[in-house]
Amino acid sequence: MRQVSFVRGKAVPLNRANVDTDQIIPAKHLKRVDRTGYGPHAFEAWREDPDFVLNNPAYEGANILLTRENFGSGSSREHAVWALNGIGIEALVGVSFADIFKTNCFQSGLLTVELPPEDVDYLMSLSESNPDAEIEVDLGNQTVATIDGDWSVGFEIDPFIKSRLQKGQDDISMTLEYSADIDEFESQRAHPLPNTAVE
Amino acid sequence: MSKTLFEKVWDEHVVDSPLQEAARREALAESGLADHEEMLGERQVLLYVDLHLIHEVTSPQAFEGLRQAGRSVRRPDLTLGTVDHNVPTIGRELPNPDPLSAKQIEVMQTNTQDCGVTLYDIFDERQGIVHIIGPEQGFTQPGMTIVCGDSHTSTHGAFGALAFGIGTSEVEHVLATQTLRQSQPKTMSVEVTGELGPGVTAKDVILAIINEIGVHGGIGHVIEYRGEVIRSLSMEGRMTICNMSIEAGARAGLIAPDETTFEYMRGRPKAPKGDDWDNAVERWRQLPSDENATFDREVVIDGSRIRPFVTWGTNPSQSVPIDGIVPHPEEVPVAQRESVERALTYMNLTPGTPIRDISIDRVFIGSCTNGRIEDLRAAAGVIDGKKVANGVNAMVVPGSGLVKRQAEEEGLNDVFVAAGFEWRDAGCSMCLGMNPDILMPGQRSASTSNRNFEGRQGPGGRTHLLSPEMAAAAALAGHFVDVGEGPDEVPA
Repeated sequence: MRQVSFVRGKAVPLNRANVDTDQIIPAKHLKRVDRTGYGPHAFEAWREDPDFVLNNPAYEGANILLTRENFGSGSSREHAVWALNGIGIEALVGVSFADIFKTNCFQSGLLTVELPPEDVDYLMSLSESNPDAEIEVDLGNQTVATIDGDWSVGFEIDPFIKSRLQKGQDDISMTLEYSADIDEFESQRAHPLPNTAVE
Repeated sequence: MSKTLFEKVWDEHVVDSPLQEAARREALAESGLADHEEMLGERQVLLYVDLHLIHEVTSPQAFEGLRQAGRSVRRPDLTLGTVDHNVPTIGRELPNPDPLSAKQIEVMQTNTQDCGVTLYDIFDERQGIVHIIGPEQGFTQPGMTIVCGDSHTSTHGAFGALAFGIGTSEVEHVLATQTLRQSQPKTMSVEVTGELGPGVTAKDVILAIINEIGVHGGIGHVIEYRGEVIRSLSMEGRMTICNMSIEAGARAGLIAPDETTFEYMRGRPKAPKGDDWDNAVERWRQLPSDENATFDREVVIDGSRIRPFVTWGTNPSQSVPIDGIVPHPEEVPVAQRESVERALTYMNLTPGTPIRDISIDRVFIGSCTNGRIEDLRAAAGVIDGKKVANGVNAMVVPGSGLVKRQAEEEGLNDVFVAAGFEWRDAGCSMCLGMNPDILMPGQRSASTSNRNFEGRQGPGGRTHLLSPEMAAAAALAGHFVDVGEGPDEVPA
């Protein structure tokens, strides 16, 4: 996993609630067996609308996506995160994120930052009125700030996840260090589990 | 200490590890928060997984990751695969017309074979939607932890199992370690009191619940469904309820096991036998939430007031009872107005239109929400010798090969086919539009599935969610009708 410390850049305001993963990457593009190549299909249906914010050349190169409540709801498809990676998004700032989606984001080092609605409102209007306005998400200090330093708010993050993101640690290698504990747990199970290997 | 059902299952599956505790303290120290005791509430644990279900769409990258890292599948004997999301539901004996789908299925076959994982492959009669086959075979049992790279894994919660969807990286983690790193979710009780009225089904109950708590009301929570209405439901009805927990934003949904649960499980191929069965039932009886257990949030819904529901919008909370109308944006809270307007535009609906006046083009009966035998019986029961309305295309996609066989033994396929429905092979089909079963742009469907998102059933398609009975009735009438009002409502 890539290391994350801070993300700085232009933000694109996707001012909608409940953006589901079917919008982020439609099911018909889930047939590939790779983790890359989903960017060209990100928000495919909405991109047909010339007024859709991601079609606005003013936001070209934005690496932060602003959104509302419950972003990433619906299907568990991690392809949604890979699609966002594919269009260069490195951090998401919104009111809330769907649980599975949020976990998927951490797996790829895509930062999700939850802020109160009024702070999201502020950032939305900032990017809407000035597409070139840069903001900075600082993971170490747990802050989101405008680049001129005039505005800054803190955010919360599970310390364990924060440390993993900062170190770019791979979850599986970390867990494999506890293999002996898992062996022990398995040996102490009092009753058998249904066995899928037996006909 | 009193515990909820969820807490009992959770505690039973935490892999205690002194090493992990040390690592966590180190993480806290590094983040400069070591002194913040409240952060200990955020404790991430290793949760052991008793059953890992995999399918062709969300597992290939996980197997590839294992291969690249030189890792193996820790417990193939606790892992079960099937192909369901992109399989054709017609003409399976012919070469797959979609080379990408064909390859994904082939990769699934190779991956499972290489790793010694059992696969219910496309021509296996036990093949079907992953959340239908687990319970059907008796793999799904009370008190277990079950995960799958699919958000509707919550379905298995109907048995009092803790079951939830995960992403592909987590699939890889489970394949390699049989555990997951998890923070403990909060608990929510949803109690449905009273007795259901005529024509009101489990589907209407869960649509009513989602309408009440909203599509993000359950974020960070595991819901336990309780109350007389839930207790009175069959296991298949309970699966319909738990299935759509994710549509309320919840991490999982579960229901305490009881005699209905045990009766449903008894004799299934993977259910315990003989003394093991008696011991298991004894153990499962300890699972229901203790009387004094408390929940982080409690919601009570009067079941006697629930009517058959139909969604009008583009998320599953945008629904009204069948006798309702398409809402006026100016009458909804300001915060929701814009999304209501967007939904109405996408759905091409005029505010104030009675739901019954909405005509449909397609009907889909199936999915992990409503593709079980009771769903097919209920839909067939509405047909009663009548025909699908002119201009409507209707299809039934059984949830598994065994559901299909059972339905054929009962003659349900004849009822559907005589009425003009197509009778297909098992799979996810038009629930998510990954195979050729999709809506054309602008087409409107009455669908027993779980999501009415924009384009979910095909680009530009418009989806209305409802129960199997309501879907069958809509197929016959060509528009939505109230099955609760008796046969007169459905035209001859």
